[in-house]
Amino acid sequence: MTRFLKLLFRNRLAGIGAVVMGLILALVILTPVLPLQDPYATDLGARFKGALQDGHILGTDHLGRDQLSRLLWGTQLSLLVGLASAFAAALIGSTIGVIAGYFGGRTDNLIMRAVDMVMAFPYILLALAIVAALGPGLLNALIAVAAVNVPFFARNIRGIVVTLAGREFVDAARLAGMGHTRIILTEIVPNVLPVIVIAMSTTIGWMILETAGLSFLGLGSQPPQADLGSMLGEARAALITHPFTSVVPGVMIFLIVMSINLLGDGVRDALDPRLKSGALSRPLPVTTVGREGPIPAATDDLLAVQDLHTQFHAGSRIFRAVGGVDLAVRPGECLGIIGESGSGKSVTALSITRLVASPPGVITGGAVRFREADMIGASYEELRQIRGDKVAYIFQDPLSTLHPLYRIGDQLAEAIRVHHKVPKDELRKRAITLLKDVRIPNAESRVDNYPHEMSGGMRQRVGIAMALANEPDVIIADEPTTALDVTVQAQILALLNDLRREKGLAIVFITHDFGVVAQLCDRVAVMYAGRIVETGPTQAILDAPAHPYAKRLIACVPELGHGRRELAAIPGLPPAVDDLPPGCAFAPRCDKASASCCEGDVPLIGTPPRAVRCLYPEENV
Amino acid sequence: MPALTVENLSKTFPRSRPLFGKAAPGVRAVRPMSFTVEQGETLGIVGESGCGKSTLARMLVGLLPPSEGEIVIDGQAPGKGDPTEFGKLIQYVFQDPNSSLNPRKTIRQVMEAPLKHLHHLPADQRDARIREIFATVSLRESFLDRYPHEFSGGQAQRIGIARALAADPRIIVLDEPVSALDVSVQAQVLNLLAGLKARLGLTYLFISHDLAVVEAVSDRVMVLYFGSVVEIGRADSIFAHPRHPYTRLLANSAPVVGRPLTAPEQKGTELPDPLNPPPGCAFAGRCPKATEICRTDIPQLRDMGEDQRAACHHPND
Ligand SMILES: Nc1ncnc2c1ncn2[C@@H]1O[C@H](COP(=O)(O)OP(=O)(O)OP(=O)(O)O)[C@@H](O)[C@H]1O
Ligand code: SF4
Ligand code: SF4
Ligand SMILES: [Mg+2]
Repeated sequence: MTRFLKLLFRNRLAGIGAVVMGLILALVILTPVLPLQDPYATDLGARFKGALQDGHILGTDHLGRDQLSRLLWGTQLSLLVGLASAFAAALIGSTIGVIAGYFGGRTDNLIMRAVDMVMAFPYILLALAIVAALGPGLLNALIAVAAVNVPFFARNIRGIVVTLAGREFVDAARLAGMGHTRIILTEIVPNVLPVIVIAMSTTIGWMILETAGLSFLGLGSQPPQADLGSMLGEARAALITHPFTSVVPGVMIFLIVMSINLLGDGVRDALDPRLKSGALSRPLPVTTVGREGPIPAATDDLLAVQDLHTQFHAGSRIFRAVGGVDLAVRPGECLGIIGESGSGKSVTALSITRLVASPPGVITGGAVRFREADMIGASYEELRQIRGDKVAYIFQDPLSTLHPLYRIGDQLAEAIRVHHKVPKDELRKRAITLLKDVRIPNAESRVDNYPHEMSGGMRQRVGIAMALANEPDVIIADEPTTALDVTVQAQILALLNDLRREKGLAIVFITHDFGVVAQLCDRVAVMYAGRIVETGPTQAILDAPAHPYAKRLIACVPELGHGRRELAAIPGLPPAVDDLPPGCAFAPRCDKASASCCEGDVPLIGTPPRAVRCLYPEENV
Repeated sequence: MPALTVENLSKTFPRSRPLFGKAAPGVRAVRPMSFTVEQGETLGIVGESGCGKSTLARMLVGLLPPSEGEIVIDGQAPGKGDPTEFGKLIQYVFQDPNSSLNPRKTIRQVMEAPLKHLHHLPADQRDARIREIFATVSLRESFLDRYPHEFSGGQAQRIGIARALAADPRIIVLDEPVSALDVSVQAQVLNLLAGLKARLGLTYLFISHDLAVVEAVSDRVMVLYFGSVVEIGRADSIFAHPRHPYTRLLANSAPVVGRPLTAPEQKGTELPDPLNPPPGCAFAGRCPKATEICRTDIPQLRDMGEDQRAACHHPND
């Protein structure tokens, strides 16, 4: 709760909104006990008095009634009606939304068609029609305003419930013997409640305005009782001669609606989970660099990662995602990076062209050299030239690189056009050639497809075509086949292999699959807790792994053709990178660990091309 | 008595009806299939994405009413599409361990649900039973009062298994139970499953796209393609001696250390379109052995040697 308030007040405008709203609420709550004059006492002799005259702090209205008293009582009424209609709309709308979203199918269809029909009417017209049908009166105005807001809640909540109802925990609840009502009440509703609160906080201001609007037209509160809207309505006749009478309720309406909306925005932001993780500002286009220590000297490799350190700074905690990684590739070579989830493979890959999100990411040391030029120290402009042109990425999810609303041919053309001046008809030809290169059947017609018209394997091939668009020198592939079927995976691996042999492409291939590494990569680096623990030629490591972790990880991988068997496991879990043990990070899970392993930093040593980070390796390298 | 008998089970998803005119024929996600699973057996189910694995699994546990056919579990035929009746006989372990736990419920609340609603246990017995189950799957009792986001994938999957065990079922359907886990953790979960099966006399249906894992844990394997069983046979021989060309393609595509990289399939092969299914063998568009008869007649499952059945006009030797 205090955390929520802190986040809320971080947004200064929301803070102002909260203060103004708090003051208004305090006044309204105190209204019955304040020494106010009778709001209904008319005194035709004292009409249209200005402020601070004859003991009327805010003057009097056209019947000589005390404005201050009428304002506070009116505010109270307006707020109550607004709140009541917001609650009614939220309750009814959310119930409809939850039912439509949960049951889906025909129920959903019927309900949502009805909601669409209601939404097709102009908003205020519908409210007017309802009041006209029910007759003027505050309660009817409340019903009308609630009714026109029901579809808004129904729509929003339905959208969220549809995704929730498809989640596996709802199926699990059904298999645990729970009925529909119980599932809706205990599984669905607690998960949509925050959304309902946000939707309410952003609409309640408008609802107050709408009820005031109806009262202004004489359809809401009836004299002598007055809410802010009817006060304004009554003062309208004397707008030119005595503007002050209109200004008083007008300013109050303005203050209420503005403060509620500012507060609502603040609440929405504070409940946003992205803020909770500490990412308070928009990500920068390049990762922040704060390098300590010397910058390593250039080598003659095509791409070299040298002693790279990348951290995430979240509040007071520091996650050492990459803790000193060295890698290098030459043209036509394929380097595999293998390791478990969270070992820092992706962060290493993204650090190469400084794509790690900042904040919270910071590159704190080392260098990345592409043809000797240091990319960590490069400007955004220089990096933009290199990204996608010389160094290209393929990600696990091709949809993250493909825009759903553009034809793939246009996206390929755009990828080329950003970096090279090519005439328009030439671009299309290049796009078709690229699709042919990645073996998309019938490329001439496929080029006009949208991403959703293709299968997952086909989309990943388009992702590869995008990466190849500018004939890059290096491709960084982060688990490009993990989400694909084995048959498609085999085709894509064969394709990458051909490309590097034909075009001299260097590939950095990230995976957790030893089978894939064995087939595609010349060399492999095994990562654990943000560091490389073993590196060398693939075959040599697979045949005789030297690091205990590498050895046991290889033993864990089941291979086809060995029949039914018990599989090897490594007990325990990798360490959290914000709390790394001193010395060897694998020590807590290692059978060979001794006291010396936990004392100091264990270096990566061996005779090139092999090296291992272990005091008691399984093999001498 | 077999643990599970499936007779002519099929599922057709209707397509939405246009405003005027007749509805188009639905999508046949599972075509009529029959098989049995013996007590204590593990039947592996493999196939590519979209081949009907999950639709089959959801019908077996009663989450989806079948279009036709019958499911008999342990001699009983639970009512069509009634998860409460199914729940006591057969349970499900989901692929994504984290999304199978409600983020707003404690693990204790998750574990209590099947005990309360399926077995109507009173509160004091529930507690004892939860502790017993947690001991069986080697989870710490201190986890019970925590929320799902505090657990790693492997721990969450153990909790998913514990929840399935709480229903005290005869059969557990494991739908890709380790695909979301790291290899070092994958083996921990698989070994736990093997131990539980031996101790509690369970029967498993193990769905996965990882052939090596399926081979390591299964007694028999069933290969699905385009909603049909194309081959079923002993786990230790089906991938080594596949009779169906599709099983062979799968086995050749699996990345294996020491095998050179080749694309096992010709370029430009065609996948069947579910909205417009081919008249004959669904694999004909990708099959190197396809002939005229393959494009007109649907091959039926027939016996091919010891304990192996395949649906192909021109099986491999
Ligand atoms: N935006 C972020 N904020 C904070 N920590 C992060 C962020 N992104 C990654 N990390 C942390 O950095 C570490 C390395 O993550 P990384 O994504 O590189 O792992 P990986 O080896 O690619 O894993 P996977 O196999 O799951 O893709 C992890 O501990 C992760 O939790
Ligand atoms: S350094 Fe020690 S603890 Fe680390 S892997 Fe080697 S033997 Fe094990
Ligand atoms: S029936 Fe014909 S097309 Fe189908 S798998 Fe057998 S040989 Fe191939
Ligand atoms: Mg990753």
